[in-house]
Amino acid sequence: MSADPQLDGPVTIDVSDGASTPPAPSADGTVVFDADQLSVFYGSFRAVRDVSLQIKQHEITAFIGPSGCGKTTVLRCFNRMNDLIETARVDGQLTYHGVDLYDPAVNPVEVRRRIGMVFQKPNPFPKSIFDNVAYGPRLAGTKKKSDLEDVVESSLRRAALWDEVKDRLSSSAMGMSGGQQQRLCIARALATNPEVVLMDEPCSALDPIATGRIEDLMAEIKTDYTIVIVTHNMQQAARVSDRCAFFTTEVNEESDVRTGTLVEYDRTDKIFSNPGDQRTENYVTGRFG
Amino acid sequence: MTVVAPELDRVPSAAAIRQRRLDVSGAVFKGALLAALALTVALLVLLITDQIVDGWDVLSTRLGDFLTSNVSSRAGSAGVMQGIIGTLTIAVIVAAVAFPIGVGAALYLEEYAQPSRLTRFIDINIRNLSGVPSVVYGILGFTILVKALGSFTGGASVLAGGLTLAILVLPIVIIASAEAIRAVPGALREAGYGVGGTRWEVTRGLVLPNAMPGILTGTVLALARAMGEAAPLILVGALQGFFTGGQWGDLTGPFTALPITIFQWAKQPSDAWRVNTSAAIVVLLVMVLLVNTTAILLRNHFEKRR
Repeated sequence: MSADPQLDGPVTIDVSDGASTPPAPSADGTVVFDADQLSVFYGSFRAVRDVSLQIKQHEITAFIGPSGCGKTTVLRCFNRMNDLIETARVDGQLTYHGVDLYDPAVNPVEVRRRIGMVFQKPNPFPKSIFDNVAYGPRLAGTKKKSDLEDVVESSLRRAALWDEVKDRLSSSAMGMSGGQQQRLCIARALATNPEVVLMDEPCSALDPIATGRIEDLMAEIKTDYTIVIVTHNMQQAARVSDRCAFFTTEVNEESDVRTGTLVEYDRTDKIFSNPGDQRTENYVTGRFG
Repeated sequence: MTVVAPELDRVPSAAAIRQRRLDVSGAVFKGALLAALALTVALLVLLITDQIVDGWDVLSTRLGDFLTSNVSSRAGSAGVMQGIIGTLTIAVIVAAVAFPIGVGAALYLEEYAQPSRLTRFIDINIRNLSGVPSVVYGILGFTILVKALGSFTGGASVLAGGLTLAILVLPIVIIASAEAIRAVPGALREAGYGVGGTRWEVTRGLVLPNAMPGILTGTVLALARAMGEAAPLILVGALQGFFTGGQWGDLTGPFTALPITIFQWAKQPSDAWRVNTSAAIVVLLVMVLLVNTTAILLRNHFEKRR
């Protein structure tokens, strides 16, 4: 599988770059994504408008806000997942390590190999546990059994699932519990060794214990990965994230068109203790939404 | 806000929650459903037993001879071998042609084509095609496969007949496949694209295996339909009299098929031919059953792999 030169050339996606700068979240960390006046349209309907924010390396960034405010839509721009929706169109600029993600020369398949995704509902393949995790590496060209075994084990260990499944790797993933399935999906996303992991409400279908395990897992892996998470759970955002973006829905009084917009983006402690916008304060204190 | 439920005590007595109400409409509905099912099964059983009883003289006394003899002008020595060969050859041709083309067309429509007015138009017309009477396909087969492409098919041959029936069932295969492909959850595709799969990798590795049981079910139904068709084959030129050809592997020579044999014998006046007709019907039913069974086993195999 030949990598797209547009991505491989000017972009440095190696981990050494991250290793030279300490992974501790700092105000001037490496910028992974830079969105500038990003708008997303479904047909002629503008779902989100004018989102500008920067995602920093080795941080957990949380997107919060009421339903329908465009958090997921924005998240799915980051790995070109919106391409799968025929009518979706993106306006404004979104760069990944300085490269315009929506440049026609960019190959979305190569983007998705570097930017993994975990979905709202656990969606394992109807295959064995091993084949689920090995799917991405196989697509990327890993053929040797021992290499695949190594990557499956290390990915499952990272997803805190190895001890539970190591004796039944060949059994179907469909027989696992919901929490296990979601950790398997995280392992599957980590197996392609992505730089970024996008998580779209990864715990919304899980009980508090499974949620706790996944939150621990996120805190553990963030030294190696950059994580963007959409969540409806404000406590979760407060617990796990370094930065927090609050989105809301603006309703046009005349046309009744609802458009998502970014209200405030700041360090999580500031968003929750001393937000700069009244709407953010109302939301995080539970008076709205 | 008050909820009004006048008939019920809010704290019921034991007797109140034990009492049974007579659910007349429910019982009637259940009875009607059962009657519909019973009628269907009864008709099928009646049809099959009637044919077995009528054909019993042949089935019990000279079954081996009946299965291995050529069609003949004498009822006592006539057999269905050429019909069996023709029907099985047609089934193989139909499966080999309609399955790959049908699944390919369905995959393109569902996974690749941008939804547009044109694709919607094509989709609707494939549905219309599946409703076109089979005689029309027979004329199409005669004009194109027997006449225009006669040098390739050998004229009125089993190849021309099989290809005609493949065209006939193609829309059925496409519709069934498209529906099976559409039923594959979008979350599965997203998962595949999410780890960097290309469209082809996702289609081949995830969509197709998960749609396969449904695709096979549709293909089997189409195959059974093709095996039972007589009208298009008559137009294509399947032989109704007795002849010496129609052996294994003779794709471009004269041929017949079981439904044709049945049709031809049913027209004969004597009782001996009537017995032959019923026996041939039983043979055809068994063959369709065998093909269905094979396909169900195949489907179970694919379902287990999921």
